[in-house]
Amino acid sequence: MASLHPQSASEPVLETRGLTINFGGHVAVNQVSCAFHAGTLTSIVGPNGAGKTTWFNLISGQLAASAGSVHLFDQDITALGAAARADKGLGRAFQLTNLFPNLTALENVRLAVASRYRIGHVFWQMASRRRDISDRAAAYLEQVNLGKRADTPVANLPHGDQRKLEVALMLALEPEVFMFDEPTAGMSVDEVPVILDLIADIKNKQNKVILLVEHKMDVVRSLSDRIVVLHNGELVADGEPSEVIASPIVQEAYLGAPQEDTAGEEG
Amino acid sequence: MSNGMLNRILSGDYPRSRALSALLVLIGVSLALGPFLFPGVRAFSMLGMICVFIIVVASYDLMLGYTHIVSFAHTMFFGIGAYGVAIATDAFGSGFGAVFIGIGGAVVMSILLSLLLGLLSLRVKAIFFALVTLAVAFAFLSLVTQLYNITGGEDGLAVRSPRELGPAFRPFDSKVPGFSVIDFIAGVFTQGSIGQAFNDAVFEVRVSGRHLMYYITFVVSLGVFLFLLRMVNSPFGRVLQAIRENEFRAQALGYRTVFYRTAAVIVSAVLATLAGVLFALINRYVNPENTLNFELMVFILLMCVIGGMGTLYGAVVGTTVFLLAQNYLQDLLGLLVSNAEPGSLFAELAGPDRWLLWFGLLFVLSVYFFPAGIVGQLRLWAERRRERKAAPAASPLKQES
Repeated sequence: MASLHPQSASEPVLETRGLTINFGGHVAVNQVSCAFHAGTLTSIVGPNGAGKTTWFNLISGQLAASAGSVHLFDQDITALGAAARADKGLGRAFQLTNLFPNLTALENVRLAVASRYRIGHVFWQMASRRRDISDRAAAYLEQVNLGKRADTPVANLPHGDQRKLEVALMLALEPEVFMFDEPTAGMSVDEVPVILDLIADIKNKQNKVILLVEHKMDVVRSLSDRIVVLHNGELVADGEPSEVIASPIVQEAYLGAPQEDTAGEEG
Repeated sequence: MSNGMLNRILSGDYPRSRALSALLVLIGVSLALGPFLFPGVRAFSMLGMICVFIIVVASYDLMLGYTHIVSFAHTMFFGIGAYGVAIATDAFGSGFGAVFIGIGGAVVMSILLSLLLGLLSLRVKAIFFALVTLAVAFAFLSLVTQLYNITGGEDGLAVRSPRELGPAFRPFDSKVPGFSVIDFIAGVFTQGSIGQAFNDAVFEVRVSGRHLMYYITFVVSLGVFLFLLRMVNSPFGRVLQAIRENEFRAQALGYRTVFYRTAAVIVSAVLATLAGVLFALINRYVNPENTLNFELMVFILLMCVIGGMGTLYGAVVGTTVFLLAQNYLQDLLGLLVSNAEPGSLFAELAGPDRWLLWFGLLFVLSVYFFPAGIVGQLRLWAERRRERKAAPAASPLKQES
């Protein structure tokens, strides 16, 4: 795929330069510089409290950086809000399910499609008559195996289905950068492959940047082109999955200790 | 009328409850033929007020029910419309030109003020925004009271509406027959003779410019209602509901929520202004008490809540129920105590001037038993009934699988 876009190998799609945020005295993300190229899937690992989600929030604009900058296609987007960044192609699926609870599953996805096709201002037309939008939304629901739940209000969906819907919303935005924050957390074992297949599918068929925060190391190992390790808000390792996993700093900081222990620590 | 056409007129947003449909048809017919079904000056002014306040409450629901914006400045925009026409006709005479100057000035002023309020919601959220709108509304009220050279102060202004919209204008020479439904029903019970009751119920209507004004108000009210129904069911309306549900997520989907919230506030304000214009022309007298009062603001809020927030049909039902109760509860109480011993506890409690006490009680009960408002409750019942009907059909399938 990369050969079809020769420039993408050299020019990063997304880059953070010295990105920093401090809450009071606590530096949650410290001078993180990292560039991401099209067609690659990068996993971000690190113990809980390492600053992974905070870094995501800085990239997608939910938080404003204290220092440093975020660049998308070489444009500085640090000053833009979350809505403008989403509009420019930053797609985000949230770790804690974050949906529109009293609207149906289909309506949730339709909102994402309507945003992608910039028809949110249309007030003279019935939403239900935009078949193009509805059909696309239905197709995305189908992709995450939620076709049968289209008319169910989100509040009545089981947790696993809500996680899938979260992914469907991001797919519907058709972003340049996919940011998955623990997409399989809280899902039952038989539901997990649906999401992993979807991620693999995006990776194989679309020349996009994929960022994945994930705790399950087998998932990380099988999907990633690259692994970035955050610890105490700092970027401590970055490289090929095999070498990062083997590096002593990762063994010590994250992978060496049993999951249960690291989960309790505030890194 | 074909199904597709009805679907388009209602923007696919059906009442979804047979009782509600019946209620809406009843209200619609009563308003459409009102002047010929309910005799008397009081009933006539009541009909006009219902039409006006349907606009006020429906536009308020666009903010409160659909977007979760709590504003106490809605009467301010209503007042701007009413005073706009009153001041313009006061200054330029009673022609239609003056009315349109008043409308234009009022709408421009409302757009500017609501734009400011909308952008303000960028900085102040939820309850703080509500408090700011309250402060602005009070500032406006005291400004109107102070500038008595222009506004007439506490005394207000008489509206010099065009002759064609006043009582002096007679479009027809002869009188038009009307048929009093209430007299007819009462007559059937008291006299037992349908023929006699029928004859007694017929009355004569001398059609004047006031009727013309009423029908202008009715048509505008219907138009505004259907326009809002379309708006809340459009992609734009869906974004407003998304903001209501989860503003943070709406932003993450790429919606600039400040733009949408501001747009909702402006549309709502302009429609309230329009309602104010109609109020001024139909009531022909404007003062701070009947347009800008805080009590009025609370009443609008109550109508919205009683009817059912986030359902535009609730605005129609809530407004009608509220205004009927407000106007006729006193009569009802008067009737109740007419036979009671004066000075007794019952007479003290049920006296006509205690109407607000009973009204408050009714309100508390309605909110307690119908937390989703009248419309929300009717829809809930209808849905349960549908589920019960569907349940026996679905159970054999379950057994098979």
